[in-house]
Amino acid sequence: MTTIVFSIPDAAASLAGGLLIGASASLLLLGSGRIAGISGIFGNALSTGRDRVRVVFLLALLATPWLWRLVQPLELGGALATPQWGALIGAGLLVGVGTQLGNGCTSGHGVCGLANFSLRSLVAVLTFMGVAMLVVALGFGVTSA
Amino acid sequence: MSKQVIAAAAAGLLFGFGLILSGMTDPAKVRAFLDITGQWNPALAFVMGGAILAALPAFAWARRRRTTLAGAPLSLPDRTLIDARLVGGAALFGVGWGLSGLCPGPALVVGSSGSLPVLVFVAAMALGLLLSRRFLAPRASTLA
Repeated sequence: MTTIVFSIPDAAASLAGGLLIGASASLLLLGSGRIAGISGIFGNALSTGRDRVRVVFLLALLATPWLWRLVQPLELGGALATPQWGALIGAGLLVGVGTQLGNGCTSGHGVCGLANFSLRSLVAVLTFMGVAMLVVALGFGVTSA
Repeated sequence: MSKQVIAAAAAGLLFGFGLILSGMTDPAKVRAFLDITGQWNPALAFVMGGAILAALPAFAWARRRRTTLAGAPLSLPDRTLIDARLVGGAALFGVGWGLSGLCPGPALVVGSSGSLPVLVFVAAMALGLLLSRRFLAPRASTLA
């Protein structure tokens, strides 16, 4: 039985955060000529032919929790504080392999690809979202709940 | 510093602040979006919807002009191939995302913030990424 858990402030913060992410993708596209797909940018940074512009984007992204803390406290990752380590590592491996094979993640396909009306990205998004929903519906997770 | 580098730095900051503000850095909230048969929290749909909406004009410009605002060349992904590699990769990613509630962007931000489990997840993700690049690289014929 589905119940909906949501509030107006939650919706506003989600929408505002989403607009910032879209503004980021716009700026990276029209300012730097790059696609804001995090799996692609991370993969590029780990490769030998790394691109300075993408590395700068990545470093700025990594700085954000620390800059946020200059203004207010921020504690992240609490939901995964006591994971089943094997499952957590397996999930990380799957995200790494899957995003490379499928050429994108939630940002590359889900934001940039859909904003570019790419059918390829729509197929990818429906696939990873559908599979992830199935995994959750079947009760699988990396924390012993 | 070039304009491209400055724009990339600003974009990285906007992206991270957007993730933190929207709560997408909380794996439990992401899994609550995926939990359509239980306690469903639609927040992620608002985040993705807002992001797509804000990015539409930029992509419309990019499709028409094929240059950045400063006139530098811009390459839009123009692949249209829908194959087993795309669907299989997306499915594997979906399993990892569903299990953990982490996709690459939030994982990097939360890992950077100092969460040990998420740093371990990021290390595994990096390993998976390098392994697939090393051993599962597309053959030349499949590059459209």
